[in-house]
Amino acid sequence: MPHDVFAEARRQAEICNACRYCEGFCSVFPALQADRAFSDGDLTQLANLCHNCRGCYYACQYTAPHEFDVNLPRALAELRTESWERFAWPGGLARMFQRHAGAVTIAVAAGFALLLALVHLLGSTGAGDGFYAAMSHGLMVSIFLPAFFFPLTSLAISLRRYWRAVGGGRVRGRDIAAALGKVARMKDLAAGHGEGCNFEDEDRFSQARRLAHQAIMYGFLLCFAATGVATLMHYLWAMPAPYPFLSAPKLLGVSGGVLLGGGALWIAALKTRAERSLSDPRAWAAEMGFVLLLAFIAASGLALYGLGSTAAMPLLLALHLGAVLAFFVLAPFTKMAHGAYRFAALLRDATRTKA
Amino acid sequence: MPYDVVVIGGGNAALCAAITAAEAGARVIILEAAPRPYRGGNSRHTRNFRCMHHGPLGPLTDSYSEDEYIADLLKVTGGKTDEALARIAIRGSERALPWMQAHGVHFQPSLSGTLSLGRTNAFFMGGGKALVNAYYRTAEALGVKVLYEAPVAHLSLAGGRIEEVVFEQMGQSHRLRPRSVIVASGGFQADTDWLARAWGPAAKNFLIRGTPYNRGAVLADLIEQGAETVGDPTQCHAVAIDGRAPKFDGGIVTRLDCVPFSIVVNNSAQRFYDEGEDVWPKRYAIWGRLVAAQPGQVAYAIIDSRSLDLFMPSVFPPVSANSIEELAEKLGLPPAELRATVDGFNANCGDTSGFRPTELDGVATNGITPPKTNWARPITEPPFYGYSLRTGVTFTYLGLKVTARAQCSTADGPIENLWAAGETMAGSILGQGYLAGFGMTIGTVFGRIAGKEAAAHAA
Ligand SMILES: Cc1cc2nc3c(=O)[nH]c(=O)nc-3n(C[C@H](O)[C@H](O)[C@H](O)COP(=O)(O)OP(=O)(O)OC[C@H]3O[C@@H](n4cnc5c(N)ncnc54)[C@H](O)[C@@H]3O)c2cc1C
Ligand code: SF4
Ligand code: SF4
Repeated sequence: MPHDVFAEARRQAEICNACRYCEGFCSVFPALQADRAFSDGDLTQLANLCHNCRGCYYACQYTAPHEFDVNLPRALAELRTESWERFAWPGGLARMFQRHAGAVTIAVAAGFALLLALVHLLGSTGAGDGFYAAMSHGLMVSIFLPAFFFPLTSLAISLRRYWRAVGGGRVRGRDIAAALGKVARMKDLAAGHGEGCNFEDEDRFSQARRLAHQAIMYGFLLCFAATGVATLMHYLWAMPAPYPFLSAPKLLGVSGGVLLGGGALWIAALKTRAERSLSDPRAWAAEMGFVLLLAFIAASGLALYGLGSTAAMPLLLALHLGAVLAFFVLAPFTKMAHGAYRFAALLRDATRTKA
Repeated sequence: MPYDVVVIGGGNAALCAAITAAEAGARVIILEAAPRPYRGGNSRHTRNFRCMHHGPLGPLTDSYSEDEYIADLLKVTGGKTDEALARIAIRGSERALPWMQAHGVHFQPSLSGTLSLGRTNAFFMGGGKALVNAYYRTAEALGVKVLYEAPVAHLSLAGGRIEEVVFEQMGQSHRLRPRSVIVASGGFQADTDWLARAWGPAAKNFLIRGTPYNRGAVLADLIEQGAETVGDPTQCHAVAIDGRAPKFDGGIVTRLDCVPFSIVVNNSAQRFYDEGEDVWPKRYAIWGRLVAAQPGQVAYAIIDSRSLDLFMPSVFPPVSANSIEELAEKLGLPPAELRATVDGFNANCGDTSGFRPTELDGVATNGITPPKTNWARPITEPPFYGYSLRTGVTFTYLGLKVTARAQCSTADGPIENLWAAGETMAGSILGQGYLAGFGMTIGTVFGRIAGKEAAAHAA
């Protein structure tokens, strides 16, 4: 039977507040110590400030078998899962995708199937160059434009709900700057002393998770930039794809793909080594599925670049676009949402600390 | 494989000794009584160490001179200090801090609520368990072998040297014949029978703030064989903590800082001491003894709603009630007596306009015994809150007598291959009282000395 994640997080937060030994590890503790009693909103905010580095777990003198049984990374991870489910729009989808790797797989397969069918039935007209030979530009836009705006809309609604739940107030420009600065450097992922997380080998500090995460984030942004630039080139300068290697979309896309794919595989490998009981074990498989989906998107994108002019192209294109479609649909309900929540949490924290 | 150096214990002193000996080239084995999750003794509960320094050092601000440090120490020990050994620990602390950093310890600025210690005490990021973890990693990387659940039962002393170390593991007895032996197995406070023999039967009701594994087995064994000791065998360092703390290992979170803002009564609902005599960090040890002297070794601190936010939150929520009588019922105190005590106290409170929670405000009672000489504000605003208080033992003072080189001795002279470090010899330096952060200083400095000497002897 599901235990009360709020009650458990509250119990542990009260122990930490009486102890405070972990004050220097991350943003969670200074925020925690500013309160004496913890509302559900306070706890939700703390949970989204935590990035599961596990430093406080290995440093804790009260972990099981001690009767206080402190495992803050897990308590906060379970609360994150719960809160994202509560804030997600449309509701229900999050629960399905966060807890069931099977649902993630089915979504991806559905993406594949849809795109394969489209390519097969409508696409191969032979009209158009490059990829557009397999699938017309108009068709791609009519699928991916809504697919692109869906997660943005969904996340925007969720973040609004989040902001209300954690009692966030007005945001000033310098709060945004402070939060962005933290994200850009992933400061907390280095831990207060700069030696990284306790992720893959008990209490050994390592930068691996931070570096892999940076690779994913910057890789993702580069791929995104590649698409953006290509869109501009298409519409503003009437320069439709395909592009040569020494062009902005290709350079951005290939370097982004390498970073994204490499980072995702690295994180997946680290996740297999990390102790599962220090996070939300129910979310592990779905998270893994999502990370592998990112790796697949990167790999299929790069393969398209390499094999784009071969007979394998239509199939590859369908797989790649199917995965991208699944990614868009899944983004607000899976691990991907953490980026948005984490940013909101940092923003909330900035408004607190400079209040 | 034969070991050059056996280190008994797995806390701070043991680890500093083991690392130092291993770096000097010795083959070292650590015998730790606790299972792995509980390794690290009382050191896993610590938060800082006190450090001399000339100018800013690591997280420490300003300067803290040898003279000021020793003066602080002499103040708390009332002069019961071996000054030569104390100065070794103090001088060694300045070089210890960078050594600690080089061996994996991370520091953080002094914790919120302890800013007054920012100049004198360096705080471990994540606390003592993080420090202990870092040292185990460092030691293992140096090839130090660590055995857990391996309590040492006996050292055989013959001809002025330790011939053999006998320890248990998995129900079996094992023997080692190393060249050098370092004892770093703490005090005996977890052996409550011993504590009761020394202190009196009241000690059975004491809570032990730290590890249940420091039972003094090696200390007793060595004393029986004539090892020289120092420190008062009947005394322990004890403080008043939350009475609901577990019997062992409750650690820092069981601290309860409400006494200065409360009245404290015994189980007959009578006050027995001036709650406002001084700020809490200067009084918690005295209250450990005061509570120990009350019937059942228990007391109750009573506050009203105005005082709830004046002290650090406690790990256990207070018992609360809307009337004094109801609170008394819930705490198991006689209601009418508690009412009378509270009324009597309230009636003798004077002008409270000068109430200042963060300083000695002189807001005192008039004409009751015992008086309350600061922060005496009437208890009138419901809800009312109560906490139980018990005596929590930090460590015992009886220890092995050592030389400036950490060597142990019998009446016949030095024991050729036996050194001691940490709590188990701290009685040499701390005859009574306690100076925050000095336990880790003694362990680190003398641990390193013992490790160096033991390795040199084995070479
Ligand atoms: C709650 C609490 C907080 C404290 N905070 C501070 C602080 O902030 N700063 C400070 O300086 N001091 C602090 N102290 C005091 C400090 O803990 C000690 O001074 C210091 O840890 C002593 O280190 P040690 O290595 O000698 O002993 P310990 O760390 O206690 O280690 C003793 C070791 O010996 C092992 N052992 C015991 N018997 C045997 C046996 N027969 N065979 C094998 N192994 C055995 C134990 O398992 C343990 O590993 C605190 C104490 C407590 C209880
Ligand atoms: S995680 Fe443990 S050591 Fe860290 S602050 Fe909380 S209770 Fe203290
Ligand atoms: S797991 Fe890391 S980020 Fe989360 S609370 Fe603990 S130290 Fe902070």
